[in-house]
Amino acid sequence: MSPEKNAAEHNYLNYKGKYKGIFSWIFSTDHKRIGLLYLFSILSFFIIGATLGLLMKFELIAPGSTIMDAQSYNAFFTLHGIIMIFAVVIPGLPAVFGNFLLPIMIGAKDVAFPKINLLSWYLYVTGVTLVLLSQFAGQGPPDTGWTFYAPYSFRTTNTMLPAVFGAFVLGFSSILTGLNFLVTIHRMRAPGMTWLKMPLFPWSLYATGWVQLLATPIIGITLLMIVGERTLHIGFFDPTLGGDPILYQHLFWTYSHPAVYIMILPAMGAISEIISTFSHKTIFGYRFMIASLLAIAFVGYFIWGHHMFTSGMSGTALYTFSLLTFLVAIPSAIKVFNWISTMHKGSIDLQTPFYWAMAFIFVFMIGGFSGLILGSLAANVHLHNTHFVVAHFHFIVFGGTGFAFFGAAHYWFPKITGRMYDTKWANIGLVLFFLGFITLYGPMFYLGFKGMPRRYFDYDEVFHAGNIISTMGSWVLYSGLAIILINLFSALRGGKKAVSDPWGGKTLEWTIPSPPPVENFVETPFITRGPYDYK
Amino acid sequence: MNTHAYIHRDDLTSKTGMWLFLFTEMLLFGGLFVVYSVYRFRNPLAFHMAAGELSVFIGTLNTVILLTSSATIAMSVTAMQKQNKKLTLLLLGITILLGVAFLVNKYFEWGGHIREHIYPGSSVLALRGQGDVLFYGLYYFMTGLHALHIVIGLVFIGFITVFVFINKVNTENFVLLENSGLYWHLVDLIWIFLFPLFYLIT
Repeated sequence: MSPEKNAAEHNYLNYKGKYKGIFSWIFSTDHKRIGLLYLFSILSFFIIGATLGLLMKFELIAPGSTIMDAQSYNAFFTLHGIIMIFAVVIPGLPAVFGNFLLPIMIGAKDVAFPKINLLSWYLYVTGVTLVLLSQFAGQGPPDTGWTFYAPYSFRTTNTMLPAVFGAFVLGFSSILTGLNFLVTIHRMRAPGMTWLKMPLFPWSLYATGWVQLLATPIIGITLLMIVGERTLHIGFFDPTLGGDPILYQHLFWTYSHPAVYIMILPAMGAISEIISTFSHKTIFGYRFMIASLLAIAFVGYFIWGHHMFTSGMSGTALYTFSLLTFLVAIPSAIKVFNWISTMHKGSIDLQTPFYWAMAFIFVFMIGGFSGLILGSLAANVHLHNTHFVVAHFHFIVFGGTGFAFFGAAHYWFPKITGRMYDTKWANIGLVLFFLGFITLYGPMFYLGFKGMPRRYFDYDEVFHAGNIISTMGSWVLYSGLAIILINLFSALRGGKKAVSDPWGGKTLEWTIPSPPPVENFVETPFITRGPYDYK
Repeated sequence: MNTHAYIHRDDLTSKTGMWLFLFTEMLLFGGLFVVYSVYRFRNPLAFHMAAGELSVFIGTLNTVILLTSSATIAMSVTAMQKQNKKLTLLLLGITILLGVAFLVNKYFEWGGHIREHIYPGSSVLALRGQGDVLFYGLYYFMTGLHALHIVIGLVFIGFITVFVFINKVNTENFVLLENSGLYWHLVDLIWIFLFPLFYLIT
């Protein structure tokens, strides 16, 4: 048997090691298996989070209490936020597709620290368990919103400690993933793979890694301070003890704004891969794509104040934060223009992942433009804490990262599983998902503009029509999601066998068999060409 | 472990990872330094008076202890490079003893304050005003978090000592020893900032 054939039959899925059954997964330090561990845990929590969202939308179908009271609604949006932000969107693309594909795309056999990689999955599971524990322990679930704003987060009598500490542990997991990727990219690229021969998805993970590494400790210490505040009454953020709650907001957003870029940068990387592959054309402005990734990561550090325009800041600070916020739009726009230019004169192959990428660009632009409206000082005063904000960030973190996640899932599915999914049902699911998404979040812009506040279980009669449309959108979205997931899962068993390069991609992962062999490459590749060499 | 068929060893990679981890530790304390600066700026007099009450003697003693322990762990790496296992073990032992001595001093220092009813949440402290509450709150939280790092460092060095003893860390492969040294130097470095902030600036 030739080595290639041998490798194809001994892939990472059927590799037999020391442990059997589930232990061969949860004790595995193979980056591919860890990627799948993350995939299944993140998908489970995503379904929990999405179901909470569905129920919240159902509550809002009519004014007054429909299916829950005010306190349950508070608990619902808190848990929805914590799960979706810390357990789904932040780890999403890096921990699943980054883990699986980063080493393969740079021609390495694994990440730099495989054991730490496994540890970070265990930390992830511990963190989410703590968050879920807070729902049942003590005097009722957390009700502060995912932001844990002071002073309410240490005044509420509900259980906060497990949730806050859980978020801290999730942050630690995220730091270790980022650290691992940074060292992997610095030290383990295949011979010949210079920085400017590296594909854009690894580049986006590199930018993300720095944000994870340099921003996450800030929320770590801030959450620890909340823990200290609740247990020891230290007074960091308690006005009665001389502390300053606004300082909490500053520290919180110093991390949580860059966190938005932890969510969106890998999404941009994945979309770049998809668009180049299906246009069969090298990415337009490759160097500018890298520069804009790094620029977004860098500038993203200095704009946290735009979450606090109405909290009280000096005029100079307001203008500065607003100006810097507008600056981020420039590299983001460069990326959008370059994606479009990549398609120009390409031989476009209309496949499901490409449709996802198109949908991504559409919703990402709406999300981005609404962000500019919120970034301007005068408009922000009017729109702050309304449904407009909810619509904006769902267009970015769900529309942006979520669409990119599903796009990446459909793009790399044949590589990861060695099977092909049913394209027709995948497209039907996508259409429903997209239409549901627009119907769900579109009306929220209008509602927010008209003054409907966020985080209330009740509203005035004038907002009724918009809310009915929005709630119906949530049903369409949810059924689209169900079709997508059922289609992918049924392809795991029944799908046609996939070839090693079903889309005609040029990056390294398409040069090895599907599913990949345990050691990724039979021979360490030597890189002589650029990542998107379609000539 | 089992499915990880490929064993990769690269000392520079390990050290790069450690350095990046140390960045995150600095930022963790960085958040506290920011909070400290803000509250010091707002309560200059109370912070000035309260800092005068801390024992400069114990603070200085602990600084000397920690600096010496940093020297001994650095020397243990050199001893390992010179293939002197006995000396390595001796120096690591001294490092651990010095770390424990630091914690013992800390215990007596904190004990003294607590006997005078100066601790977060105490009514005696609350009567002295908000500036004092914040100063001592930060004092306990920051030196407490630092002490926790000392404990983690000691456990880390303890394991390394055992590894040296059973030759798992040896003259061919001592990157773990170097990394524990890096971590210990960080703990030392943070103390170098905590010491003047709480004891010296009066």
